[in-house]
Amino acid sequence: MRHHLILRVITKLLVGTIFLFALYVQFHGDYSPGGGFQAGVIMAAGFIIYGLVFTLKRVKQVFPPWLVHKLIALGVLIYAGTGIYSLLAGYAYLDYAALAPHHPEHGQHYGILIVELGVGITVTAVMVAVYYAFASRAPILSDEDW
Amino acid sequence: MDSGTLEFVIGHLNYWLFILLMMTGLYIVVAKGNLVKKIVGLNIFQTSVFMLYISIGKVTGGTAPIFPLDMKVDPDVVYSNPLPHVLILTAIVVGIATTSLGLALIIRIREEYHTIEEDQIAEIENAVLKSEQWASERATGEHS
Amino acid sequence: MLTVTALAVVRTRSLFAVVTLSGVFSLLSALLFVTMDAVDVAFTEAAVGAGISTVLMLGTLALTARSERSTKRSSTVPLLAVLVTGAALVYGTLDMPSFGQSDAPAQIHVGPDYLERIPHEIGVPNAVTAILASYRGYDTLGETAVVFAAGIGVLMLISGLRTRRRKDEDDPETGGSA
Repeated sequence: MRHHLILRVITKLLVGTIFLFALYVQFHGDYSPGGGFQAGVIMAAGFIIYGLVFTLKRVKQVFPPWLVHKLIALGVLIYAGTGIYSLLAGYAYLDYAALAPHHPEHGQHYGILIVELGVGITVTAVMVAVYYAFASRAPILSDEDW
Repeated sequence: MDSGTLEFVIGHLNYWLFILLMMTGLYIVVAKGNLVKKIVGLNIFQTSVFMLYISIGKVTGGTAPIFPLDMKVDPDVVYSNPLPHVLILTAIVVGIATTSLGLALIIRIREEYHTIEEDQIAEIENAVLKSEQWASERATGEHS
Repeated sequence: MLTVTALAVVRTRSLFAVVTLSGVFSLLSALLFVTMDAVDVAFTEAAVGAGISTVLMLGTLALTARSERSTKRSSTVPLLAVLVTGAALVYGTLDMPSFGQSDAPAQIHVGPDYLERIPHEIGVPNAVTAILASYRGYDTLGETAVVFAAGIGVLMLISGLRTRRRKDEDDPETGGSA
């Protein structure tokens, strides 16, 4: 990909915008279409396009595989952990009123934010891990056969 | 055709179109031998099921189920039912999880059998089975 | 247009074209979802179907094959089975309410109830996110667990062990295999 100058320039400009858009979709999931899943997929797409145009080695330096594997589990833990916290506070499992006992409505806001964050982290990490797994195999057919 | 039947046909046409798409996807899964094409057919089947589901939730003259920012809900505005959207959102994500697992399995199958056509894989499996049977018969024949 | 795309997938032999057609199918269905007022679903379908799914399939193609071999089996039995199933499904839809009816059973029980309760109890403008994360939070927890399990499954199957074909032991110099 060293000689595809246009791709390299455009990718450098786009990747920052993609990550910003992913963060916007994640945290504005309450007010506009969006939420954890969409944001996770868009952020993973940012990493994938960087890995396609620049080499896989460089994207692995930015987002190392050991971190990806830890994040896969962290998102699920955040989600389930919110439920456990509600249990410890004396409410039902995943009852968001436990997060703000005097203002149940604010509790719902906090609960939705935290839970969507957990979902977004897991989805990003899983998509990036799957891409790393697929792209690390040596290709059997050479590039000229396409 | 009188207007009652025409209305009935127009009201149900969306279901029939989505069933046509579903059957195309199902045909690809059943009839084609290439594994990657089967996965694509499965995706087509899944997406047309989603379309059927979402069309059940649509209300004529309704709008997307998002309230205004200041939460002053206008009682005259009709919203489409948000519940099918939630279910289908989950289903889409589960669909891609299944697809990625299926593709990983195809890669491993290719490395073991050196082919991804179902007929050739069945031939190889039959040949392996026959040779194992033949080897076990020879072994018992020598012992007795 | 969706039907044309799906039928083209049936007939095409080149797998690269099949994967591209599936991306086109996902984008067209995302447009259809927008016309049916399902904006969240359209967003997710466009991102997932036309983005991630196409990339993963192209990655698989780089590791497997480029075109489909013609099959020797006859296609009459599958065609017959598919026609019978389709006819049964159409027979089932004859009882269903018309498209967009506002007094259909799907529209009068839980949906409007949620729409009424959300402004007081949760106060979040996006009704789909409110139901997804709060009223139906258990389902979303299960879904996250499914994504987690799929990721672990793929890692167990293809964990970055290289095949012995490459002579050098470095990472591939070209970026990715797609």
